[in-house]
Formats: sequence, C-alpha cells, structure tokens
Amino acid sequence: MMGSENHGFEEAHLFASREEMESLILDEPWNGKSFADYHSAMSSSLADTHHPLSPPTVVVEPGDDPLLSSSPRFRDRRNPNLSDNSFVEPPSYADVIFSPLGDENPDSNGVESLSPDSVKSGNLSRSASSSSDYLKITVSNPVKEQETTNSLVPGGNTYVTYLITTRTNMPDFGGSEFSVRRRFRDVVTLADRLSESYRGFFVPPRPDKSVVESQVMQKQEFVEQRRVALEKYLCRLAAHPVIKKSEELKVFLQAWGKLPLPTTTDVASRMLDGAVKLPKQLFGESANVVAPHEVVQPAKGGRDLLRIFKELKQSVSNDWGGSKPSVVEEDKEFLEKKDKLQDLEQQLSNASQQAESIVKAQQDIGETMGELGLAFIKLTKFETEEAVFNCQRMRAADMKRVATAAVKASRFYRESNAQTVKHLDTLHEYLGLMLAVHGAFSDRSSALLTVQTLLSELSSLHSKAEKLEAASSKIFGGDKSRIRRAEELKETIKATEDAKYIAVREYERIKENNRSELERLDRERHNDFLAMMKGFVVNQVGYAEKMANVWAKVAEETSMYAKERS
Amino acid sequence: MAMITTQRSVSGSSQNPKSPSAPFLFVSVTDPVKLGNGVQAYISYRVITKTNLPEYQGPEKIVIRRYSDFVWLRDRLFERYKGIFIPPIPEKSAVEKFRFSAEFIEMRRQALDIFVNRIASHPQLQKSEELRTFLQVEEETMEAARSQETGIFKKKPSDLMQIFKDVQNKVSDVVLGKEKPVEESNPEYEKLKHYIFELEDHLAEAQKHAFRLVKRHRELGQSLSDFGKAIKLLGACEGQSLGKAFSELGAKSEMLSSKLQKEAHNLLMNFEEPLKDYVRAVQSIKATIAERASAFRQQCELAETIKLKEINLDRLMLTRSDRVGEAELEYKELKAESEEATQRFETIVRLMNEEIVRFQEQKTYDMGFTFHEFAKGQAKLANDIAAAWRSLLPKLEACSSSHA
Repeated sequence: MMGSENHGFEEAHLFASREEMESLILDEPWNGKSFADYHSAMSSSLADTHHPLSPPTVVVEPGDDPLLSSSPRFRDRRNPNLSDNSFVEPPSYADVIFSPLGDENPDSNGVESLSPDSVKSGNLSRSASSSSDYLKITVSNPVKEQETTNSLVPGGNTYVTYLITTRTNMPDFGGSEFSVRRRFRDVVTLADRLSESYRGFFVPPRPDKSVVESQVMQKQEFVEQRRVALEKYLCRLAAHPVIKKSEELKVFLQAWGKLPLPTTTDVASRMLDGAVKLPKQLFGESANVVAPHEVVQPAKGGRDLLRIFKELKQSVSNDWGGSKPSVVEEDKEFLEKKDKLQDLEQQLSNASQQAESIVKAQQDIGETMGELGLAFIKLTKFETEEAVFNCQRMRAADMKRVATAAVKASRFYRESNAQTVKHLDTLHEYLGLMLAVHGAFSDRSSALLTVQTLLSELSSLHSKAEKLEAASSKIFGGDKSRIRRAEELKETIKATEDAKYIAVREYERIKENNRSELERLDRERHNDFLAMMKGFVVNQVGYAEKMANVWAKVAEETSMYAKERS
Repeated sequence: MAMITTQRSVSGSSQNPKSPSAPFLFVSVTDPVKLGNGVQAYISYRVITKTNLPEYQGPEKIVIRRYSDFVWLRDRLFERYKGIFIPPIPEKSAVEKFRFSAEFIEMRRQALDIFVNRIASHPQLQKSEELRTFLQVEEETMEAARSQETGIFKKKPSDLMQIFKDVQNKVSDVVLGKEKPVEESNPEYEKLKHYIFELEDHLAEAQKHAFRLVKRHRELGQSLSDFGKAIKLLGACEGQSLGKAFSELGAKSEMLSSKLQKEAHNLLMNFEEPLKDYVRAVQSIKATIAERASAFRQQCELAETIKLKEINLDRLMLTRSDRVGEAELEYKELKAESEEATQRFETIVRLMNEEIVRFQEQKTYDMGFTFHEFAKGQAKLANDIAAAWRSLLPKLEACSSSHA
C-alpha cells in the first residue's frame, strides 16, 4: 500500500495544475507500452512493480484550449504526433482535406470572402489566371469620419468609410493595385446606377441599408458585419463577366475623392418634380410623350407621373381588359425557365435552412463531445491523485485515453464544420442570386409594359387622327385651328413612333440579356453545385476517417476488457 | 462457491463451468410485459433462475416479479448486510409518460438484470435468504412479503427503541450544545469518505455529458434526415445529371440519419447507463458509510452509558443500596448490548475494507469494458459515415466530366 501511495504522489506532480490538465495533452507517449503495462498490472494487482503510466512527457500546446478557442486551427497539420499510427495508412481523404479552400486566417483584415469567386476559383469552371480579367477586391480598415458640410444635425454627423483595395490585371484600369475610401452611401449609388445601366442582367443585390440608430451604426460588430457584406458584394460584382467591365464599377474602385456618379435622389423630391410636371402635361403645355432617353428607364420611381398613370392603366387592361395587348410575353422557353427558377428558389430556401440545421447539429455534438472529454480528464486527475489501489490507476489511464480521444474528436467536429459552412454556403449564395434574377425579370416586364403602353397610345392617336381627317374632309377648306391640331397630332404620332421604336429595341435588348444570363446561370450553377457537393463530401469523408482512427485506437487499447468478457 | 458471473452476462447465456459439478447460479431478467390499467398499470418481468445449488428448487425456476419486488430485495439486503455495498437498483421514473416508453423499459430491464446478477455473484449476498425468496417464491407470497414491510413496520421493535434513543440523544446533544455527531478519527477512512463524495460529483458530471451526447446524436440524425429530404427535392427541381447527383446525396444523408439514431440508442444503453450505474453504486456506498457512522455512534453512546452505569453501580455498592442487584442486571445487559454494538461496528469496518477492494477492481473492469464499447461504437459510426460519403465521389466525378 505504501508503495502505491508514493507513486500516487509522483503522479500528482504530473498533473500539477488544473490548467496543465486542461490545456490538452494530445501526446500519448505510452503508445506501444500500454499493453505490456496492463498485463503486468493485471497479474500483480497488489505488488505493483510496473508503473502503468510511463515516464511523463507532458506536451502542453501553448494557448491551446480545445474548447475555448472558436476559430478553426490547423496546427495539427504540423503536429507530427497526430499521424502516430504504427501501421501504414492507405492514402485517404484525411490528408486531402487539409488543402484549404480559402484563407484560414481569421485575423487578417483582407479575408477572402465567401463569394462564388473564391469557391469557384479552386475548382472547375473558370480559372482567371490565364486571361486578363483578374479582379480582386478587398474591403478593410473602417474609419469614423466627420460630416463637414450641410450637416442638418447640429454638432456634426459621423459616418464610416472603408478602404477599398483592388488588385487587377485588367488593362482598362491602367494600374495593378490601388485603393480608395468609400462610404456606404457610395455603394448605394453604385448599386442604383448599375441597376439602371444593366437592365436584364442578374445584377447582384447590394447589402441592406439597415435602419438602425446611430449608436448601433458605430458599434464594432455592426461595422465588421457591414465590412464583410460590402466585400462580398463587390466580389460578386467583380465575378460578373459583364459588370466587372462596367464604367460604374471602375469609377467606384478607382476615382479618388468624391464618387463621380450621379447620386440617388430621394423618392420624395422625384415625386415632387413629377407633380410639378403633371399639370403642364394635362393641359398640353409640354410634350406628353415620353422622351426617348426616358423610355429606356422604367416609369416607376421616375419623374414622369403621367407615364406612370398610363402604364398603370395599361397593366390593368392587360390583366382585366377583354382584348389582349398586341405584344405579349410569348417566349415559351422563357416562361418555362421562369417557373423552374421559382421552384428552384423555393427548394434552395428549404435546403439552405436545413443546411443551417446540420451545421448547428454538428457544432453542438462537437461541443458536447469536448465537454465529455473534459469531464473525463477531471476524473482521470481525480482518480490518479486519490489512488489507493493499482486498479484505480489503470482506470485513470483508460479514462485518459477516452478523454483524449473525445477532445480530439471534438476538435475534428469543429474543424469539419468550419469547412461545411463554406461549402454549403453556396446554397445561400444562389438564394441571394435569385434576388438578382427577380430584378432582371422585372426589368423585362416593365420594359414590355412600356412597349405595350406606347402601342396602345399609338393606336388611340391614330384613331384620333382618323377622326380628325374625317371631320375636316366634310367641311370645305377646313379651318385653321383644325389644321393646326392635325399637324400637332402628326408630330405627336411621329414622336410616339420614335419612342415605341426605342422601347421595342430596349425590350429586345433586355430579353437578350435575360437569355444570356440564364445560360450563364445554368452553366455556373451546375459547376458550383457540383463543386459544393464534392467539397462537402470530401470534407465529411476526411474528418470521419480521422475520427474513426482516433476511436479505433482507443478500442484497440481497451480490447483486453472485451476479450476477458467473452 | 458459485462462480462470479460478470455483471452483464447476456440474459440466458450460460458460462460453461470448469467442471460439471461446480456450483453455479445464473439469473436473467427478461420479457417485460405491461399489466393492469390506467394509473395502476405496471411492468412485470420474468426472472429465470438456473442453478445446481441445493438450496434452490430444481435446475430452473421462473417467477414473475415487478419493480417493487426488486426494491424489497434491495431494502432487505441493505438492512441485514450492513457493511456490504448492496448493488444499486434503477430509480423510479420521475416523468409519468416516460414510464412505459420502450426505451425506458429496456433500460430498466437491463439494469435490473445486472442488479440481480451482482447479488448472485457476491460471496455473501448470494447465500442470503432474501435472494432465495426473491428468486423462488410464488407471486402471492412475494406480494405478501412486500406489503408487510412498508413504512415504520419495516423496523423490528428493538430497532424502534434504538430510533427513539437516537432521537433522544440527538435532542439532548443539541440542548447540551454538543451538536456535532461523534465520528471516527481514522485518517484512511476519512480519505475514503472524501474520495467517495467527490467521486460522485465527478461521475455525475460525466454522466450528464454522456446523456447530452446521446441527444446530440439524435439531433444530428434528425437534421441529416431533413437535409437529405431537402436536397432530394432540390435535385428533382434541377433534373438531369445535377439532379441525379443531388438525389444521391440526399439519399445518403437520409441513410446516415438512421445510423446516427442507432448509435444514439447504443450510447444510451451501453455508455450512459453504465455511467449512471456507477453513480448509483457510489450512492450505495454512501448509504453504507451512513450505516457505519450510525453503528459507530451507537457503539460510542453505549460505551458512554456504560461508564455512567459503572460509576452509578460503584456508588450503589458503596452505599450498600438494595438497588444494587437491579443495577448489576442492567449493567450486565448494557455490557452485552455494548459488545454487540462493537461487534456490529467492527463487522461493518471489516466488510467495508473487503468491499472497497472488490468495488474498485470491479469498476475498473466495468469501465474498461464500457470505454471499449464506446470507442468501438464511435469508430464504427465514423467508418460508416466515411464509407457512405466516399461511395458518392465517383458518381460526382462522373457528373462533372459528363457535363464538361
């Protein structure tokens, strides 16, 4: 008894501090020795000549608390002890998964975001390295600045600016690396201008405006969230084959000082302008034909209230009127695609939700496994310290094996989950893209509405002209005012014809944009989803293999208990 | 001497004795059946005894027992064999509606089977009359025995007296300001007590996490199932090769969901239950510790009382009082009682020393086996998961190449 007590004291020094115990001891220096120890321990239960725990080699990984750190760590990669199996392993996915898909370092500010760009870049579809359209954007360094002019709020207003850094080899930019500072308002302007210029395209939606109070605006977390969102958004723009070459984006990324894009005026003032125009239009004092440059823009939100009314009337007659308008959405293929996309969106939303639930479940199981491991570590320490009998030490050793494996497994769950999040994020991305698709489709329908409205107008103008003709032919010579009106009408018809021509052209253009975008969507979606599935699966396989190895080892080390039983 | 059967001998399995005439006693608790209606409903079990011991009737005997019969057995043994760590029984269910769930019934059956087998393999307990009664008598007799010993009538008259005396002493102690009960001053024993109490806390924590782990497996299983369904729907929407890939992924996910549910059940029965059982065993030891403390107190009190009586007797003798005879008689009785109490206490101490050795060895073994099964289960699950996902990869490869 005395002998074993001495040993007990020795061990107490091994696990002197709770911190040491809890900063994980991943090393298992007694690998090959364990069996021999057990057998001798079992045979001589009282006279313990053999110390079941071999000479102490406590390896404490500095600052490596398995449960407190939340960021995934790849230190294991460099820990030689991890692949400490005595048998040769066949090549497995356990090794493959360590090739990172994206930057793993959460501390650097220039984190490559989870954009389709970064997901795709490692895989099949497009490698931009050969062609000269590489465009990488990072958002960093948020800074609080003071509003200098036109401050409505006394005492000044503060806002946040972000550093937008671009790296590119596109010739248009005339430079390979440059930075500007922009505020969120500038991003809104950019987004609005893009949606005007690129009707029919799947223009990525910008981050939300977030109506929050100024105090929250300045909180670190909010700013960080916004920074991430901005970076994602700009990267998506850069990934779009057409938009990446846009003037608007170029100016946003490169032009120093104030953003030289027409700013978004608020709706109220636009409506005000429109309201001013309306009486003039009604009383025929100004041309009530849509100017050609306005035709290419939707009426809603525009200054032309009259146009809004007309198009509204048209859309009502489309829906409820007896006769079909002369131009309708005939493209069957398009309509089919539209329905399919609606279905897709629904399924994506559902899948995206379930993906989140998997991530949560994996996170939870990892946490609980870790807690279990810690509880066993405490037990191990306790049994070792209080050991009176040798069998207690054996039990402590067994518990330690389980504890170590549990903590390792917990880590694996966490790491695996970090990757899973990245892969399944593709679902979220495409869900977000659906918004852009909606935008493109509504561009199309509003352009169509404009065409239909103009056509209706033309036909009513023509019938007015006809009536005027008929009336004036009855009266010999005709009077001056009637002639004047006929002339005016002719001009109006001509202007409306011009507008219609442009509107039809615009509509066709948008249709073509829709078509090419849909093709691109199908192609890229196919590739991205396959890459997602592959990535997800490879990751699962790799980590499952790792966990299997860890547990198999424990099973082997405790196999003598099973043999005895049988 | 019966062979030591291991605690989880599978119901009905027989270990071959070393020689045909070696004594053996095998018990199994099987076939839970719900009887009765409504609030009165309960579960009955078949208890099968296979033995060649002369005290038992025939090579095989089957009786029907219910949970409260097992409780009776435990209580009787605890009363009679002070100092021995009586094997623990599973708790009553706190939640009413859980009482008849298949899982609970199976867990309880397993635990009761282990309980009886532990008694049957304990060198002293296996010889007890209580065990024989439990394993042999008809249900009516069992019921009679059970209802007889409820409440205060459990105690024999002398015990009742002792209870009153204890209460008396406690009151006087409090009055006299001696609130702290007398305790042994045995450093080794102190260490043991401290060990037992702290061990319970540690084990309870481990068991708590083990239980949570079971839940987590179930939750992961559920989310895999939901995910699988959603992905399949997505696949149906996509169609063609991509759609096919999605539906294969979804199918695998659903398949793995059921593997997770299986492992959750396995964990519950073969990992969490043994840990709970360990906690119960420690609690049983605590009860024995209390018994020892009580025996010690009795011994001390009697010793005190004797001293007083001695002094009184001497005084009476000196004064040649006619109450000397009476006092002498009382003194003799007390002396006998005191010896008895000392005997009782020393027996408890002796038994406990043996029991603690037995307990530690048994637990190392039990836990070793439990850990082995735990690791095996987790390894198998992980391998199944890896294999399932791995089988998808060639199909995914085929998809991308066909599209390109």
